[in-house]
Amino acid sequence: MTKAQTPDGQWLRCDGCNEILYRKTLEANFYICTRCGHHFRIPPQSYIEILLDDAELDELDAGLSAKDPLRFPQYREKLKQARQKTGRADGLGYGRARVNGIPVVFGIMDFRFIGGSMGSVVGEKVARSIRLAREERTPLVIVSTSGGARMYEGMYSLMQMAKTSAELGLLRQSRIPFISIPVDPCTAGVMASYASLGDVIISEPGALLGFAGARVIQETIGEKLPEEFQRAEFMLKHGLIDMVVQRRDLKDVVARILSMLLPADREETGEPGSV
Amino acid sequence: MPEGWLDFEQPLAELVERLEELTAIGAKEEARRLSEQIEKTKIRLYANLTPWQRVELARHPRRPYTLDYIDRMVTDFTELHGDRAFADDRAIVAGLGRIDDIAFAIVGHQKGRDTKERIARNFGQAHPEGYRKALRIMELAARFGLPVLTLVDTPGAYPGVGAEERGQAEAIARNIREMSVLPVPVICVVIGEGGSGGALAIAVGDQVLMMENAVYSVISPRGCASILWRDGARAPDAAKALRLTAADLLEFGIIDGIVNEPRGGAHQDWDEAAQLVKKAVLANHRRLKDRTGEQLVRERIARLGKIGVYAG
Repeated sequence: MTKAQTPDGQWLRCDGCNEILYRKTLEANFYICTRCGHHFRIPPQSYIEILLDDAELDELDAGLSAKDPLRFPQYREKLKQARQKTGRADGLGYGRARVNGIPVVFGIMDFRFIGGSMGSVVGEKVARSIRLAREERTPLVIVSTSGGARMYEGMYSLMQMAKTSAELGLLRQSRIPFISIPVDPCTAGVMASYASLGDVIISEPGALLGFAGARVIQETIGEKLPEEFQRAEFMLKHGLIDMVVQRRDLKDVVARILSMLLPADREETGEPGSV
Repeated sequence: MPEGWLDFEQPLAELVERLEELTAIGAKEEARRLSEQIEKTKIRLYANLTPWQRVELARHPRRPYTLDYIDRMVTDFTELHGDRAFADDRAIVAGLGRIDDIAFAIVGHQKGRDTKERIARNFGQAHPEGYRKALRIMELAARFGLPVLTLVDTPGAYPGVGAEERGQAEAIARNIREMSVLPVPVICVVIGEGGSGGALAIAVGDQVLMMENAVYSVISPRGCASILWRDGARAPDAAKALRLTAADLLEFGIIDGIVNEPRGGAHQDWDEAAQLVKKAVLANHRRLKDRTGEQLVRERIARLGKIGVYAG
């Protein structure tokens, strides 16, 4: 959305059709272009408002913050800038919330925080959110948007892929549902770990999803890639995600799926159904 | 200039070539003296390697690859093929074999030695079907109670159109998750290049070891340098910043042990390199073999849970 932002902030240009849109109109329409349906990138707070009852997230571990274990070039400045820009300690918030009355553990990433990159803090918080879901037998919903592992933490960040995916191994054995919602853009280390491991994976129209960056692929194969490559619709067509859902319907779809995966009689006892 | 050697190895390469000539003509005494000189040169050349030199050694064109190790440390190796869904990816080798009479399931990335083989092996860069084959064999091992050995040596997972269409990200993610809960001992050895997610996809285990000159990194030094300084040529600086050597990663608790290499690196003596890996694998297997599946999984996940540095 930053690209489209006009100086006074009241008018935004749509990346999809170039239409100039009034901010208030757009807000009322879930940041979906009223003309072409393009879904603007939105910050975590907007997802909290769109998905959670009373826009309430009881956030946990908000103070967890990154160190600079490798004393990596430029990292401290990047962290400082990201903290200023977002007002957050790092790139992911999680906690307890409700979706149409259903209690969930909810996680939400902030792409503005060093490209939503997963370092030690994001990895640890994703892992804790999964553990919390397992311990409280509460379904897990995570909205992810990320360029991948946080290079500035070297191998510590690569290992967050393992830390998060391993916890999901246990969650899966406990038969607690995980709905993963990767949104624009979500690639590399995050897509190659927990975000691809949802029992159900839902995305939004036009979201860029995949493993390798398009530029890297173009350099490797020496050909230009089609516009629809790695978009949510492409992922749907190739059988890699379950649904592409309009943002305005996201909450109802999540709640509907959860309500069926968690029948009332099982909620009580926590007994898993037979496989 | 002798081929197949790195720039900084040229003094050694020349001596090795001369030794071959002397041996061929049967000049025993001179050959013996030259051998001594070679050993001294090795000590000097490989004593204080920079991180970039380790990267070069890890990618050395003469370095032993997965099948070279298997040839030397495994008996009855029986390669098994295919992911049962799409294809057999030759960038990954998988099968069953015995190491000192213990049957293992073995999975490893495979690079090619010459141009033709490099292309057939796709330079050790697997597609989703390669990771899915690897998982199929590891799950086979779990069903029949065999320990798993993985040998890691890849520049990274292949970035291509087909790989994306068939779910490269999902294949890697699933392997990581399933390896975390595999109820049999899993021993992983990074024998060369540990290239990011493409390496991790077969590198989640109870004991993760690296060879002395192997490297393991979240991004290639060149890729990192392009991002940081918009200059891929500064890869050597990036290699230093990334802390990708075995010694660094042992210090961080990201790996569990280092397998020594023959003096001057694994490429100097494939047989000895293989014996050293075999010894390390067997020692670790002895420590793990009596644990229950439940114990292994619990400790494996706890081990991963501890990795990370943060405040608050």
